[in-house]
Amino acid sequence: MAWTKNVLRVNLEAGTCTTEPLNMQWAQDYLGQRGLATKYLVAETDPKVDPLSPKNKMIFVTGPLTGTMAATGGRYSVVTKGPLTGAIACSNSGGYFGAELKFAGWDMVIFEGASPKPVYLLIIDGQAELLDASHLWGKTVWETEEIIKKLHQDPQIRVASIGRAGENGVLYAGIVNDLHRAAGRSGVGAVMGSKNLKAVAVRGTRTDAYKLANPEAFFAATEAGKKVLAANGVTGQGLPTYGTQVLMNVINELGALPTRNHRDVQFEGAMAIGGEAMHEKRPTDGKANLVTNGACFGCTIACGRISRMDPNHFSVKDKPQYHGASGGVEYEAAWALGAANGVSDLEALTYANFLCNEDGFDPISFGATVGAAMELYDLGILTKEQIGFELPFGSTEGMVKLAELTAKGEGFGKEIGLGSKRLCAKYGKPELSMTVKGQEFPAYDGRGLQGMGLAYATSNRGACHLRGYMVSPEVLGIPVKMEPQATEGKPAMLKAFQDLTAVVDSSGLCLFTTFAWGLADIQPQIQAACEGDWSEDRLLLIGERIWNMEREFNLAAGLTCKDDNLPPRLMKEPAKTGPQKGAVSKLDIMLPEYYQVRGWTTEGVPTPETRTRLGV
Amino acid sequence: MQKSLHIDPNKCTGCLQCEMACSWEKYQSFTTAKSRIKVFSFHHEGRFVPYTCTQCDEAWCMIACPVDAIQLDPVTGAKIVLEPTCVGCKVCTIACPFGTINYVAQTGKVQKCDLCDGAPACAKACPTAAITYVDSDWTGLEKMRQWAGKTDTNPATV
Repeated sequence: MAWTKNVLRVNLEAGTCTTEPLNMQWAQDYLGQRGLATKYLVAETDPKVDPLSPKNKMIFVTGPLTGTMAATGGRYSVVTKGPLTGAIACSNSGGYFGAELKFAGWDMVIFEGASPKPVYLLIIDGQAELLDASHLWGKTVWETEEIIKKLHQDPQIRVASIGRAGENGVLYAGIVNDLHRAAGRSGVGAVMGSKNLKAVAVRGTRTDAYKLANPEAFFAATEAGKKVLAANGVTGQGLPTYGTQVLMNVINELGALPTRNHRDVQFEGAMAIGGEAMHEKRPTDGKANLVTNGACFGCTIACGRISRMDPNHFSVKDKPQYHGASGGVEYEAAWALGAANGVSDLEALTYANFLCNEDGFDPISFGATVGAAMELYDLGILTKEQIGFELPFGSTEGMVKLAELTAKGEGFGKEIGLGSKRLCAKYGKPELSMTVKGQEFPAYDGRGLQGMGLAYATSNRGACHLRGYMVSPEVLGIPVKMEPQATEGKPAMLKAFQDLTAVVDSSGLCLFTTFAWGLADIQPQIQAACEGDWSEDRLLLIGERIWNMEREFNLAAGLTCKDDNLPPRLMKEPAKTGPQKGAVSKLDIMLPEYYQVRGWTTEGVPTPETRTRLGV
Repeated sequence: MQKSLHIDPNKCTGCLQCEMACSWEKYQSFTTAKSRIKVFSFHHEGRFVPYTCTQCDEAWCMIACPVDAIQLDPVTGAKIVLEPTCVGCKVCTIACPFGTINYVAQTGKVQKCDLCDGAPACAKACPTAAITYVDSDWTGLEKMRQWAGKTDTNPATV
């Protein structure tokens, strides 16, 4: 079986590490990773718990295909109650950390309580211990990783850690592994910081950690899957060449690129910050921003961007630590750090992205919050005196300065670190916060793409593109083409995407495979790895079960159907330019139908029949 | 025809499919820690470099071994560790200039690449052809082809 069947439970208050067997009934009902860890969290945690209190739990979890030769089989997730939203939080990361945890023999690590002093967890195969991290507190992610590897004289240890943002309670702090891969959204790093847990370091060398149910079928299924990825235009060419940045110009031309805190839907500087621009030689030093593409563990797509900055750029001049290559901007980061606040300097975006990786905070929420602050400044509500410097839309210097201050937890960075919802509420303009359930929008405008608007409004972790990626049908025509402004059939399509996504997020695979793979490609891989019968129908039912379980957690936490909303700007202020000119979100038409196809009441609560059918 | 593993770091993305394939071949497990081919990440240079035994003709590991536990496979040219004979003295790991023969504490023996009896699993698994198994006499063929492709064959414009 592709589970290790071992759970490591770490009580940070008592400083103990204990082993327990995985609940195999739950593994059968929730598969792994996102689904399985959420089941554990729901079973063990009061939904009303303060996310930053010791009573909240935090779970690092792998999937059955993590640490296998299945293409992209290297993912892990961090599941907890999120401080940014007060809702369920599940952040997914790649890199090499997840597979290493599996090779060490663990499906998941459950953290409970809070440590009285800073600690880090060291796992070497079956051995786990909490070690003093007072010498690491105050260090960046990059420093922490280096120190731990040197200290234990093992360059092959994999580290997931928080930077200063997580320590300082930035509400969208992430957990960064392998220097530039992150469980980035919803503030899982702030929860880790609240527990005084600086890092998880792991070395896995076991050859008996788990067994595939049917190796022969597994190789047949995974090799067939790899061929599909290689032959597909998006996963075989677009993503390796341009990364997710392949989308920048596409979405901009479509008129769905939120710009300047969603005042506009097209950005005049999009060309300068997109995937093509990263390939172009800079006039300043004759080199391109992009050095190469890079893969996460087991990934045959390799969409990752590895960038090197112009060492003479104002932001990094005389700062040699930023002159080497590191994780470059993905589409969401380039949008948030760029279009969302009107900045079109690719080098500055790369620098801010480095800072997000270095100190562990989500570039989407950070950039979007800067955009909100710029609008408050534009309206004269925030002043130069309050911020410490001028902050008009398009201020490269302002964005860069705020990234530095947020990383360090200094000055106005402290306010930016609380996110757009709290910032706009504090200054009396809550309607200017471009968020759902307190989490900032990613890079698609809910007016331009109606289905994405519905996806944001209904996402269980707040505004998010990774819970039901309606861009696939609305822009790319996957699996069928749907017109961006149409509403018909979108609630049902979104439900199907949300359920499928929950399966992928629970398997150990990367969601990006679904540009090319359908469930028919994924099912045989799960079937061959896991014992039992894993039909497509059963997997979709598991996906639906996970979605409803998350929903029930949120409802019990105090969220209601009123939180399935969009900011008034998207409902009332029409798109100003481009092909979607004049559009507002038609959420009011789609939401009731969505509740219906979900089997929920008009108040958005799963009906007794739905609960019985799913066994939630 | 003798073949060699040929590595083109420019094509490597660091996905570690090769390491998993190697580990599966020898241990029936995807544990990358057990792989005989290693991908090194030079983070600040943005480079990934797969690295394994080159099967030297004058194999210093083989010459250094005091118990003749390393033997030549005359068909593939691989230098193969005979586990029952190996005494775990590690002299070969000192003799090898490249570090590609290593001691395994678990077994008390050394391990190195044996070219999988002429069908290297790493090359088969590599999705980008960064690792290929090619004619030993022509390991430079692909590089030559690439450079040849860059030749400006257009007539000069005056």
